[in-house]
Amino acid sequence: MNQYEVTFIVDPVLSSDEIVATAQTYVDHLQGEGCKIVHVEEMGLRQLAYPLGKRTTGVYFCIEFSSEAGRIIEKMELAFRRDERIMRFLTVKLDKYGIKYNDDKRKGLIGKKRVPKAAHAEGEEVRPREPKKEKEVVAKEVSPVAPAPVTPAPVVAPVAPTPVVAAPVAPALVVAAPVVAAAVEEEE
Amino acid sequence: MASRDDIKFLSNPKIGLKAKKYCRFKKFGIKHIDYKDPEFLKQFINEQGKILPRRLTGNSLKYQKKVATAVKRARHLALLPYVADLLK
Repeated sequence: MNQYEVTFIVDPVLSSDEIVATAQTYVDHLQGEGCKIVHVEEMGLRQLAYPLGKRTTGVYFCIEFSSEAGRIIEKMELAFRRDERIMRFLTVKLDKYGIKYNDDKRKGLIGKKRVPKAAHAEGEEVRPREPKKEKEVVAKEVSPVAPAPVTPAPVVAPVAPTPVVAAPVAPALVVAAPVVAAAVEEEE
Repeated sequence: MASRDDIKFLSNPKIGLKAKKYCRFKKFGIKHIDYKDPEFLKQFINEQGKILPRRLTGNSLKYQKKVATAVKRARHLALLPYVADLLK
Protein backbone atom coordinates (compact mmCIF):
# COMPACT_ATOMS: atom_id res chain seq x y z
CA MET A 1 0.00 0.00 0.00
CA ASN A 2 1.78 3.09 -1.20
CA GLN A 3 0.69 6.61 -0.67
CA TYR A 4 0.96 9.08 -3.52
CA GLU A 5 0.36 12.73 -4.03
CA VAL A 6 -0.50 14.30 -7.34
CA THR A 7 -0.39 18.05 -7.80
CA PHE A 8 -1.72 19.61 -10.97
CA ILE A 9 -2.46 23.03 -12.38
CA VAL A 10 -5.83 23.63 -14.03
CA ASP A 11 -6.33 26.27 -16.67
CA PRO A 12 -7.75 29.36 -14.92
CA VAL A 13 -9.63 30.49 -18.03
CA LEU A 14 -12.33 27.92 -17.28
CA SER A 15 -15.24 28.88 -15.08
CA SER A 16 -14.90 27.96 -11.43
CA ASP A 17 -17.49 25.21 -11.81
CA GLU A 18 -15.53 23.66 -14.64
CA ILE A 19 -12.31 23.87 -12.67
CA VAL A 20 -13.81 22.03 -9.73
CA ALA A 21 -15.42 19.55 -12.10
CA THR A 22 -12.04 18.90 -13.73
CA ALA A 23 -10.46 18.08 -10.41
CA GLN A 24 -13.46 15.97 -9.47
CA THR A 25 -13.15 13.85 -12.61
CA TYR A 26 -9.69 12.77 -11.50
CA VAL A 27 -10.85 12.07 -7.97
CA ASP A 28 -13.61 9.90 -9.42
CA HIS A 29 -11.16 8.33 -11.84
CA LEU A 30 -8.86 7.33 -8.99
CA GLN A 31 -11.71 6.04 -6.89
CA GLY A 32 -12.92 4.04 -9.86
CA GLU A 33 -9.50 2.36 -9.97
CA GLY A 34 -9.86 1.29 -6.38
CA CYS A 35 -7.73 3.95 -4.75
CA LYS A 36 -8.43 5.34 -1.36
CA ILE A 37 -8.57 9.13 -1.48
CA VAL A 38 -6.91 10.51 1.60
CA HIS A 39 -7.34 14.17 0.96
CA VAL A 40 -8.12 16.63 -1.82
CA GLU A 41 -6.71 20.06 -1.37
CA GLU A 42 -7.57 23.05 -3.50
CA MET A 43 -4.58 25.31 -3.23
CA GLY A 44 -6.39 27.97 -5.20
CA LEU A 45 -5.45 30.46 -7.88
CA ARG A 46 -1.75 31.27 -7.82
CA GLN A 47 0.58 33.41 -9.80
CA LEU A 48 2.91 31.22 -11.85
CA ALA A 49 6.64 31.79 -11.50
CA TYR A 50 6.95 31.72 -15.28
CA PRO A 51 4.34 31.70 -18.05
CA LEU A 52 2.92 28.32 -19.04
CA GLY A 53 1.39 28.38 -22.48
CA LYS A 54 0.68 32.11 -22.31
CA ARG A 55 -1.04 31.75 -18.93
CA THR A 56 0.39 33.60 -15.97
CA THR A 57 -1.89 32.16 -13.30
CA GLY A 58 -3.14 28.70 -12.53
CA VAL A 59 -5.46 26.89 -10.15
CA TYR A 60 -3.52 24.34 -8.09
CA PHE A 61 -4.99 21.10 -6.82
CA CYS A 62 -3.38 18.41 -4.77
CA ILE A 63 -4.85 14.91 -4.39
CA GLU A 64 -3.39 12.56 -1.86
CA PHE A 65 -4.33 8.93 -2.30
CA SER A 66 -3.17 5.48 -1.44
CA SER A 67 -3.15 2.58 -3.82
CA GLU A 68 -2.08 -1.03 -3.99
CA ALA A 69 -1.06 -1.00 -7.60
CA GLY A 70 1.32 1.51 -9.08
CA ARG A 71 -0.01 0.87 -12.56
CA ILE A 72 -2.88 3.31 -12.12
CA ILE A 73 -0.34 6.15 -11.99
CA GLU A 74 0.51 5.57 -15.63
CA LYS A 75 -3.15 5.62 -16.59
CA MET A 76 -3.77 8.76 -14.60
CA GLU A 77 -0.79 10.55 -16.08
CA LEU A 78 -1.85 9.57 -19.58
CA ALA A 79 -5.23 11.11 -18.83
CA PHE A 80 -3.53 14.26 -17.58
CA ARG A 81 -1.46 14.53 -20.76
CA ARG A 82 -4.51 14.17 -22.95
CA ASP A 83 -6.47 16.72 -20.98
CA GLU A 84 -6.07 20.23 -22.35
CA ARG A 85 -7.43 21.76 -19.16
CA ILE A 86 -4.42 20.52 -17.20
CA MET A 87 -1.37 22.74 -17.59
CA ARG A 88 1.10 20.78 -15.47
CA PHE A 89 1.08 17.82 -13.14
CA LEU A 90 3.47 16.09 -10.80
CA THR A 91 3.02 12.74 -9.09
CA VAL A 92 5.10 11.94 -6.06
CA LYS A 93 5.31 8.87 -3.90
CA LEU A 94 5.24 9.86 -0.25
CA ASP A 95 7.60 8.37 2.28
CA LYS A 96 6.57 7.98 5.90
CA TYR A 97 7.76 11.47 6.77
CA GLY A 98 5.76 12.93 3.91
CA ILE A 99 2.62 11.16 5.11
CA LYS A 100 3.17 12.44 8.62
CA TYR A 101 3.88 15.94 7.38
CA ASN A 102 0.65 16.05 5.38
CA ASP A 103 -1.24 14.67 8.35
CA ASP A 104 0.14 17.33 10.65
CA LYS A 105 -0.56 20.00 8.09
CA ARG A 106 -4.21 19.00 7.93
CA LYS A 107 -4.47 19.03 11.70
CA GLY A 108 -3.10 22.54 11.67
CA LEU A 109 0.13 21.66 13.42
CA ILE A 110 1.98 23.05 10.44
CA GLY A 111 0.37 26.30 9.41
CA LYS A 112 3.46 27.41 7.65
CA LYS A 113 6.57 25.41 8.00
CA ARG A 114 8.20 28.15 10.01
CA VAL A 115 5.71 27.93 12.86
CA PRO A 116 6.67 24.44 13.99
CA LYS A 117 10.27 25.34 13.44
CA ALA A 118 10.01 28.04 16.03
CA ALA A 119 8.14 25.66 18.31
CA HIS A 120 10.75 22.98 17.75
CA ALA A 121 13.45 25.50 18.33
CA GLU A 122 11.99 26.53 21.64
CA GLY A 123 11.23 23.01 22.69
CA GLU A 124 14.47 21.36 21.69
CA GLU A 125 16.94 24.13 22.17
CA VAL A 126 15.93 24.72 25.73
CA ARG A 127 16.59 21.15 26.71
CA PRO A 128 20.16 20.69 25.52
CA ARG A 129 21.26 24.22 26.24
CA GLU A 130 20.14 24.51 29.82
CA PRO A 131 22.33 21.76 31.22
CA LYS A 132 25.26 23.09 29.22
CA LYS A 133 24.79 26.54 30.61
CA GLU A 134 24.59 25.20 34.12
CA LYS A 135 27.79 23.25 33.64
CA GLU A 136 29.59 26.25 32.23
CA VAL A 137 28.35 28.51 34.96
CA VAL A 138 29.35 26.05 37.62
CA ALA A 139 32.77 25.58 36.05
CA LYS A 140 33.33 29.30 35.79
CA GLU A 141 32.11 30.01 39.25
CA VAL A 142 34.23 27.35 40.87
CA SER A 143 37.52 28.73 39.57
CA PRO A 144 37.12 32.46 40.07
CA VAL A 145 35.19 32.34 43.33
CA ALA A 146 38.03 30.81 45.33
CA PRO A 147 40.85 33.23 44.45
CA ALA A 148 38.60 36.21 43.85
CA PRO A 149 38.30 37.45 47.43
CA VAL A 150 42.01 36.96 48.05
CA THR A 151 43.75 38.73 45.18
CA PRO A 152 41.69 41.29 43.31
CA ALA A 153 40.72 43.48 46.23
CA PRO A 154 44.26 44.42 47.22
CA VAL A 155 45.57 44.38 43.64
CA VAL A 156 42.89 46.71 42.31
CA ALA A 157 43.14 49.08 45.23
CA PRO A 158 46.82 49.99 44.94
CA VAL A 159 46.86 49.92 41.14
CA ALA A 160 44.17 52.56 40.87
CA PRO A 161 45.55 55.14 43.28
CA THR A 162 49.20 54.84 42.30
CA PRO A 163 48.81 56.26 38.80
CA VAL A 164 46.45 58.90 40.13
CA VAL A 165 49.11 59.97 42.57
CA ALA A 166 51.91 59.52 40.07
CA ALA A 167 50.17 61.50 37.37
CA PRO A 168 50.07 64.82 39.16
CA VAL A 169 53.39 64.19 40.87
CA ALA A 170 55.28 63.50 37.69
CA PRO A 171 54.29 66.65 35.81
CA ALA A 172 54.80 68.64 38.96
CA LEU A 173 58.32 67.33 39.12
CA VAL A 174 58.79 67.91 35.41
CA VAL A 175 57.45 71.42 35.77
CA ALA A 176 59.44 71.98 38.89
CA ALA A 177 62.65 70.73 37.34
CA PRO A 178 62.84 73.32 34.56
CA VAL A 179 61.70 76.01 36.94
CA VAL A 180 64.52 75.06 39.23
CA ALA A 181 66.86 74.86 36.29
CA ALA A 182 65.69 78.26 35.07
CA ALA A 183 66.10 79.64 38.53
CA VAL A 184 69.56 78.21 38.67
CA GLU A 185 70.33 79.68 35.25
CA GLU A 186 69.02 83.06 36.32
CA GLU A 187 71.12 82.97 39.44
CA GLU A 188 74.19 82.20 37.41
CA MET B 1 43.61 38.50 37.47
CA ALA B 2 41.16 36.01 38.74
CA SER B 3 38.01 37.05 36.96
CA ARG B 4 38.21 38.01 33.33
CA ASP B 5 35.81 40.91 33.65
CA ASP B 6 38.49 43.43 34.44
CA ILE B 7 40.63 42.50 31.42
CA LYS B 8 40.04 45.05 28.68
CA PHE B 9 40.88 44.13 25.10
CA LEU B 10 41.92 46.80 22.67
CA SER B 11 39.95 45.17 19.85
CA ASN B 12 36.81 43.05 20.01
CA PRO B 13 38.07 39.48 20.41
CA LYS B 14 34.90 38.11 18.78
CA ILE B 15 35.54 39.85 15.47
CA GLY B 16 37.50 37.03 13.87
CA LEU B 17 35.17 34.28 15.06
CA LYS B 18 32.44 33.05 12.75
CA ALA B 19 29.22 31.54 14.01
CA LYS B 20 29.33 27.81 13.40
CA LYS B 21 26.96 26.76 10.60
CA TYR B 22 24.51 24.00 11.32
CA CYS B 23 21.94 21.94 9.50
CA ARG B 24 18.59 23.40 10.43
CA PHE B 25 16.75 20.21 9.46
CA LYS B 26 18.79 18.14 11.85
CA LYS B 27 18.69 20.73 14.56
CA PHE B 28 14.92 21.25 14.50
CA GLY B 29 13.99 17.71 13.55
CA ILE B 30 12.40 18.52 10.19
CA LYS B 31 12.13 15.28 8.25
CA HIS B 32 10.08 16.26 5.23
CA ILE B 33 10.62 19.17 2.89
CA ASP B 34 7.44 20.25 1.15
CA TYR B 35 7.84 21.20 -2.49
CA LYS B 36 4.52 23.07 -2.37
CA ASP B 37 5.87 25.71 -0.01
CA PRO B 38 7.85 28.07 -2.25
CA GLU B 39 8.35 30.66 0.48
CA PHE B 40 10.26 28.15 2.57
CA LEU B 41 12.33 26.96 -0.37
CA LYS B 42 13.32 30.52 -1.22
CA GLN B 43 15.73 30.39 1.68
CA PHE B 44 17.82 27.92 -0.30
CA ILE B 45 18.02 29.70 -3.64
CA ASN B 46 19.77 32.89 -4.63
CA GLU B 47 18.32 35.89 -6.40
CA GLN B 48 18.73 34.22 -9.76
CA GLY B 49 16.81 31.17 -8.61
CA LYS B 50 19.90 28.99 -8.34
CA ILE B 51 20.16 26.47 -5.54
CA LEU B 52 22.63 27.63 -2.90
CA PRO B 53 25.51 25.29 -2.11
CA ARG B 54 25.87 23.43 1.14
CA ARG B 55 28.90 25.54 1.85
CA LEU B 56 26.56 28.51 2.31
CA THR B 57 23.40 26.93 3.71
CA GLY B 58 25.16 24.61 6.16
CA ASN B 59 22.75 21.76 5.37
CA SER B 60 23.87 18.20 5.85
CA LEU B 61 24.28 16.18 2.68
CA LYS B 62 21.10 14.22 3.31
CA TYR B 63 18.91 17.29 3.59
CA GLN B 64 20.70 19.30 0.93
CA LYS B 65 19.71 16.56 -1.52
CA LYS B 66 16.12 16.74 -0.33
CA VAL B 67 16.12 20.51 -0.63
CA ALA B 68 17.47 20.24 -4.16
CA THR B 69 14.75 17.75 -5.09
CA ALA B 70 12.05 19.91 -3.55
CA VAL B 71 13.29 23.02 -5.36
CA LYS B 72 13.34 21.14 -8.66
CA ARG B 73 9.79 19.87 -8.12
CA ALA B 74 8.64 23.36 -7.24
CA ARG B 75 10.21 24.65 -10.44
CA HIS B 76 8.37 22.07 -12.50
CA LEU B 77 5.08 23.20 -10.96
CA ALA B 78 5.90 26.87 -11.65
CA LEU B 79 6.01 27.61 -7.94
CA LEU B 80 9.63 28.70 -8.31
CA PRO B 81 11.28 30.07 -11.45
CA TYR B 82 13.94 28.22 -13.40
CA VAL B 83 15.66 31.49 -14.18
CA ALA B 84 15.00 34.78 -12.50
CA ASP B 85 16.39 38.20 -11.94
CA LEU B 86 15.94 39.93 -8.62
CA LEU B 87 13.92 37.16 -7.10
CA LYS B 88 13.07 37.90 -3.43
